[in-house]
Order: sequence, then C-alpha cells, then structure tokens
Amino acid sequence: MEFKGTVYRCGRDIDTDVIIPARYLTTSDPAELAKHCMEDLDTEFSSKVTKGDIIVADENFGCGSSREHAPIAIKASGIDVVIAKSFARIFYRNCINIGLAIIECPEAVDGINNGDVVSVDADAGVITNETTGAVFQAQPFPEFLQEIITAGGLVPRWQAKLGTK
Amino acid sequence: MARPMTMAEKILAAHAGLDEVVPGQLVECDLDLVLANDVTAPIAIKKVAEIGVDKVFDPERVLLVPDHYTPNKDIAAAEQAKIVRDFAKAQGITHYWEVGCVGVEHALLPEQGVVTAGDLIIGADSHTCTYGALGAFSTGVGSTDAGVGFATGKAWFKVPESILFKIEGELAPGVTGKDIILHIIGMIGVDGALYRAMEFTGSTIANLPMDERLTISNMAIEAGGKAGLIPVDDVTREYLTGRSERPWVEYHSDEGAEYCQVYEIDAASIQPTVAWPHLPSNTKLVADSREVKIDQAVIGSCTNGRLDDMRQAAAVLKGHKVHPDVRCIIIPATQLVYRQCIEEGLMEIFLDANCAISAPTCGPCLGGHMGILAKGERAIATTNRNFVGRMGHPESEVYLSSPAVAAASAVLGHIGLPEDLD
Repeated sequence: MEFKGTVYRCGRDIDTDVIIPARYLTTSDPAELAKHCMEDLDTEFSSKVTKGDIIVADENFGCGSSREHAPIAIKASGIDVVIAKSFARIFYRNCINIGLAIIECPEAVDGINNGDVVSVDADAGVITNETTGAVFQAQPFPEFLQEIITAGGLVPRWQAKLGTK
Repeated sequence: MARPMTMAEKILAAHAGLDEVVPGQLVECDLDLVLANDVTAPIAIKKVAEIGVDKVFDPERVLLVPDHYTPNKDIAAAEQAKIVRDFAKAQGITHYWEVGCVGVEHALLPEQGVVTAGDLIIGADSHTCTYGALGAFSTGVGSTDAGVGFATGKAWFKVPESILFKIEGELAPGVTGKDIILHIIGMIGVDGALYRAMEFTGSTIANLPMDERLTISNMAIEAGGKAGLIPVDDVTREYLTGRSERPWVEYHSDEGAEYCQVYEIDAASIQPTVAWPHLPSNTKLVADSREVKIDQAVIGSCTNGRLDDMRQAAAVLKGHKVHPDVRCIIIPATQLVYRQCIEEGLMEIFLDANCAISAPTCGPCLGGHMGILAKGERAIATTNRNFVGRMGHPESEVYLSSPAVAAASAVLGHIGLPEDLD
C-alpha cells in the first residue's frame, strides 16, 4: 500500500479518550465518530484534515481504553496512515485488525513537521518526507501480521480461513 | 533442560499447545473466555456476522456485561444495550447479566467465580488485565478481536517480555494497593511496561487481600502493560475456593525465568499517592496536594468499587459530613457489594455523611453518566484514568487516589489525608 498526504503532527501519549471522547461512544457509526475525532485536543481537527492526510505522533499513541471507535474515527476522518515513535498495544492490534495502516519509526517522527508532505510505502516500510527530501526506513511487520494486513484485516483473514466468503 | 519460563509465558504456551514459547514469538491461542460490554459488544457482534458464523464458539465462554452506560443513560445507550441483550438471548449466552444482576465487569467476574487462575482471557475492555491478580493471563483487546474470539475461541498474541516488581516489607498504615500501583506508574510512566507483562511479587503483595491485588492488576494497562500478574498463593486459593466455576490451574514462574527488567521496591517508601491531571503517571504525594480544592469525589469503579474499598471509605466518612461544596458519589461495583454495604451498615454511614449512592455502573469513570463534570470543575476519584475530558468537560480535571483519600477529601473540600480530619 502506498500513501501520500499532508501531516497532522501531534505529541506523545495521545489517549483514546482524546481521539474519541466516551460521550460519543453510544454510536459506532464511523461518519458520526469522525465528526468528533480528536476534538478535545483540537476542536478544528475534523475540519482541518482532508482525505489522505497522515498523522505523525511521538510515543505511546492510542494509550488508554480499548475502544475500537478510536481507530475507526481516525480512519473515517480520512487519515490513511499513522506514523508514531510507538503505539499503545491495544490500539496497535486494533489498527491491524481493522485495516488502518500504522508504522512505528522514531527516526521518521523526528524528521517530520506539521504540514510536511509525506509519502509512505507501507509494504516496504519506506517513509519519504517530500518537503525535505529525507527518507526513513521502518522495521517491516512480522510475516504473521503482514498476512492480516494483506488480507485487509482480521475478519477477512478468518473469512478466508473458514471459507465463508 | 527446558528453558525456565515466567507465568505469563507458561499460560500462553499451554493455550497455544506448545511446550515452550519465547518473548517476541507470535502464537495463536485457544481462549478460555471472551468478554465484552455494552460499548464494545455491539461492534463485536457485527463482526461475528461478518465472519459468517451463526453460533459463538461456546455460549458458556462468551461473557456479556452491560455495565458502562447502564441503567440506560439515554436512547442511544438503550439501543446499544438492546443489541447485546438480543444477541445474548439468540445465542443462549449463559453469562449475561441484566440490570439488577449486573455489576462493573472486572469486579463482577472475579466475584462470581467466572474468571479463574490459569485462564487465558481476552476482553473488549482495557481493564481486562484485572484478572491477573487471580493468576490468569487476561488482556484487553478491541471489538474485532473480541468478535473473532466470540466466533472462533481463538486470538493471536505476541508473547510479551515480563517485568518483575518485587515489593518487600510492611506498608505504612493507610497505604493501600492503589497507592502501590500509582507509585509504580509514577515511577515507570504510562508506557513503562508497553507491550510487556508485569508480574508483582514480594512479601508486601503476599500480605495483600484479594480486593487490593485486583486494584493493582487492574491498572497494569495504565503503564501500558499487556497483563498484570500476581502469583497464585493461599490468598488466591482461599478466594477461589467455593467460588470458581471451573477447576483452576496454577502456573508459577520458574527459578531463573527471564525478566527484561526487575524493580525492587521498599514498601516503606510508598506513601498515600494521588495522580494529578492528565496522566496516571503524574503522581504526587497526597501530603503535597492539599492545595487542590475539589467539587466532586467518586468512590467506585473496576479499580476500587469492591467491599474492602467501601469499608475503607466508610471508615473515614463515619461521623463526618461531606463538605458543602462537594458532591460525593459512591458506586458499589456489584449488586453483592451493594448488599454487603447495607448488611455491614456502610450505607447508613454514607447516607449520614450526605453521599449520593448509585446502582452499579461504570458511569462517571469514563464520563458516561452519573456524575459528569462541568468546565473548570475538579474531581478526586478512585477510578483509573485522568485523561483530558475523561469525566466530562475537556477543561475539567480528575485526580486519582485510594478510597480513604477520596473520602477524606470529600469531607475536607480539598485533597487530603484521613488524619487531616482529626
């Protein structure tokens, strides 16, 4: 998968309560969740980001609650990929399971600023800051996780395995 | 000779059908139990249908606990709870609790003997790590993992490295399990145990009652931990005897098992602790937090809503009135805890002190209902998270503490210690 977009840069420990506050968890409708994505951090997030944008964050992105509404809200906001120094583990699993691309690459995060244009070759783990020309290499996913990603998420993987689709 | 393993590694190996696993290894495991609540189950239920199976893997091993927005907060919450109820009926789920029987999931499931030692459990709720206190490997996941778990009884895991916390010696009076875990999170940070299993051992832990152990394991996730394990001992066995629905299995870490980090903590160095906004790691001593005026105190949740917590709060509130500028909300975590509070006379103490008492619910902990904060308001809470907007308005604040400190603060009108009331 290849992506190219404008960067929305944020700091460390971005928690899932900020990504999607619990007061909106009475729905699981992606479009509705997207309206409130990140609003406690930046009330203009949903109007600032456009389809294909990329979130770049410091350590521990997605910490806190297990709510899958968080990656669903990010994906429905139009964000194609999240690059961070590290991810909280439940959020990490959730992204792989629902097919939101994520890449762990501390060097890239340090070399990308808000508003930069970045292109990503997710399969090869190559991140290029088109604004500065810098190129970064992330660790590839283990084969097992790559299989889930290639299948399009955990549900399609099981559909294939059980022959239900 | 076989490689010595930690209890986390042993439980994962046993459920993967392997003699041995090593940290970093990806394994597919058979699950003992899969749980979800009224927020996370509706998405998981949708996934079961998407996968294309008609029946869950085992109707006795799927646990549905509608506890977050129940009793139903509004129409949208009622619709979510109905999805869970209808699915439970259609699938013949034996472990579904209706309002009137339901409690906060991570207090209810140990209390009812549903979760037990040696289990491998996933739950679509991050505080599923609570059952580590019983010697189970249990961890929070999202709704898709839970849905796949409902359908297949399986989940994938990356075997985590383990961190050992050796806590030795006697705790000072008034220092509780909550203070221990806040102290540890303050020490290692909110990602100090990221991707890792935490194992809590030592004489201090051995002397703690089960309710306080559950508090410690409950907050492993607040340090990023995948699990928060406590070795099975006589306290565990006594707790499980006559309660555990199924026979339990004890997994003990081997002599020479590998830990990526070892922390040795002197219990005497731990003092009553409070986590300031907006991270559980932002800890200070209660003694250094007295300038913080509060508008609300919340005593309850999966972290501190058990009987021992209610007793500790009542012991402080007895003979006092809540400060006129404070709303003090008591939420026994289960119906049984509620009943025990009545039988032990704790409810009378709470009522006499002018506390509001709620039916069991997660409620205000996650800013759901039953005690939401206005802009600029501050709460002290025995809950587990103090992120921006966690209990209400994005400009409100949450301070995390033990039940005794929350109770004392409710009377004082500012953060303080029980001895400040004398």
